[in-house]
Amino acid sequence: MGISVTNISKSYKNAKALQDISFEVKPNELFGIIGPDGAGKTTLFRILTTLLFPDQGTATVAGFDVVKDYKKIRNSVGYMPGKFSLYHDLTVEENLNFFATIFGTTIEENYNLIKDIYIQIEPFKDRRAGKLSGGMKQKLALSCALIHKPKVLFLDEPTTGVDPVSRKEFWEMLKRLQQKGITILVSTPYMDEAALCDRVALIQDGKILQIDTPEAIVKHYPTSLYNVRSTNMYQLITSLKTYEHHHSVYPFGEFVHYTDTRSDFNPEDLKVYLESKTLSDIQIERTEATIEDSFMELST
Amino acid sequence: MKRFIGFIKKEFYHIFRDRRSLFILFGMPIAQILLFGFAITNEINNVDIAILNTSKDTTTEEIINRIAASKYFSIKQMVTREADIASVFEKGNVKAVLNFERNFSKNLIKENKATIQIITDATDPNTANTITNYVNAILQHYQKELNKDVHVAYQIIPQTRMVYNPELKSVYMFVPGVMTIILMLVSAMMTSISITREKELGTMEILLVSPLKPFQVIIGKVIPYIFLSIINAIVIVMLSIFILNMPIQGSLLLLGLESVLFIITSLALGILISTISATQQTAMMISLMGLMLPVILLSGFIFPISSMPMPLQILSNIIPAKWFIIILKAIMLKGVGLEFIWKETLILLGMTVFFIALSVKKYKIRLE
Repeated sequence: MGISVTNISKSYKNAKALQDISFEVKPNELFGIIGPDGAGKTTLFRILTTLLFPDQGTATVAGFDVVKDYKKIRNSVGYMPGKFSLYHDLTVEENLNFFATIFGTTIEENYNLIKDIYIQIEPFKDRRAGKLSGGMKQKLALSCALIHKPKVLFLDEPTTGVDPVSRKEFWEMLKRLQQKGITILVSTPYMDEAALCDRVALIQDGKILQIDTPEAIVKHYPTSLYNVRSTNMYQLITSLKTYEHHHSVYPFGEFVHYTDTRSDFNPEDLKVYLESKTLSDIQIERTEATIEDSFMELST
Repeated sequence: MKRFIGFIKKEFYHIFRDRRSLFILFGMPIAQILLFGFAITNEINNVDIAILNTSKDTTTEEIINRIAASKYFSIKQMVTREADIASVFEKGNVKAVLNFERNFSKNLIKENKATIQIITDATDPNTANTITNYVNAILQHYQKELNKDVHVAYQIIPQTRMVYNPELKSVYMFVPGVMTIILMLVSAMMTSISITREKELGTMEILLVSPLKPFQVIIGKVIPYIFLSIINAIVIVMLSIFILNMPIQGSLLLLGLESVLFIITSLALGILISTISATQQTAMMISLMGLMLPVILLSGFIFPISSMPMPLQILSNIIPAKWFIIILKAIMLKGVGLEFIWKETLILLGMTVFFIALSVKKYKIRLE
């Protein structure tokens, strides 16, 4: 009852949104699609929710073909589009009630499923949805997508525009939903959220770069990664980029993530070079790669 | 069915919570009817005129008295010299000047004829024409009285009778037109906007990925507006009867049924507009430009179709409003029954079926 995507391609007028995408989502898996804006995430979601036809390839959701059995899919999936698609002039309760009614159910019938989430916004149930904060809108949108007890849940960038605390809570909620037997496909541009998925697909420019568990992706990072730090960030980056042996240089918080082309790289050499560039307080230390580093490595 | 009722309930929430639209929805018909009924009119009342009377005899005084006594004119000033006429017009105080020739009475008796010059300000051609006609009528009436003892050998007497609107009230012409415009606008614009709003908000995506069938979404959108439009139609008819004193000659039931038909035609057009526009802005522009203008210009509401150039006359046939105005006038003013307007009704019905079929065909169950 998972998702199966085989060789899906989709083009718009002059842009290739998806190129030959294939992957499997196992039943009851929390699967992440990780990629920057414009990578094709939303197009993929729209094909899987039967809103768009693929140009090529086939896909099944919960065992139903996305083209032929679209009506059956529409009955059995929950979909939360990129923007929180709620009726702003309806109250929290009216929104939830409306979505329950059009799916032929009631809030009471499936209250159990949404209880954890809805209980947090229930105090505001008479407030218009347009007046909710980003985090509350997101919770309401998720409740609406869940109210009919879907087998598969599609969440397109659910945490975009939501504060960090709400984001963390949201992922905890997803984990709990997964335990209730729902297959979840979630997309996000935030690399740090990837680590919370069972498996992720890294996607860029309509192509899948890698599919694996977050741990495996990080483990397969090909070279040694170093944190470099100095007082002058800007000068540090420009200096590193002009260093003849540099492989990649990315700012990462207060550090710069650096990799070298040589296998026998000695950090002391780099320190000497940087000091010659009049940089002071230089720190260089080994660090573990993150999903973001893997993504950067794969996408170059 | 429960899903469907839930959907309609939601639509009513939208309508009643959007105070501004609601105000327009019900304020517009009242404002328009009153505007057209009282302010905008083709009739003339109390037009200011000036008089140049160099004769100052009994006949001219008699004529002037008659003109002053009519409710159409009020004599604003007396001009003493012919040279002053131009300056009187330039000041813009009067719309017309009546110039009696010298020795008016004497000429009339001696030579059996006398002339009076009617000079009108034709910057507004319609008013100028009407003024001339009214003055002529007064003069002719007076002339007839003068000649009543005299036997004229050969005489053609035209007997005119204006039927259906004997007092030539312009309200009678405006009410059907305004009713058409309002029903068209409310039905077509409001539905197209409410459907495109769902597209803009992204809620259309969720509605599509739900077990609701496309026709349920469309019908659900339309039903609230059918109700509102019917209420609007009732308000307009009531206002016309009680405030503008417009008699409805025909059957109110037939009027109601024809109005419902036209409302459905307009709603179908609204749905069609929403299928081709992606944003509320476009939907509104198309409704205003694509529906309002033709309805005002080509439906025969303001400009008679028979005096249009041939291509426009042909074009006017595809405008539903034209047929509805014919039907309305026939029922309201002539008081005829369905046996005289079945053809127009059938045309409207055909158009409605066509628009509905087209929009069902164009309605996308997907995003592309």
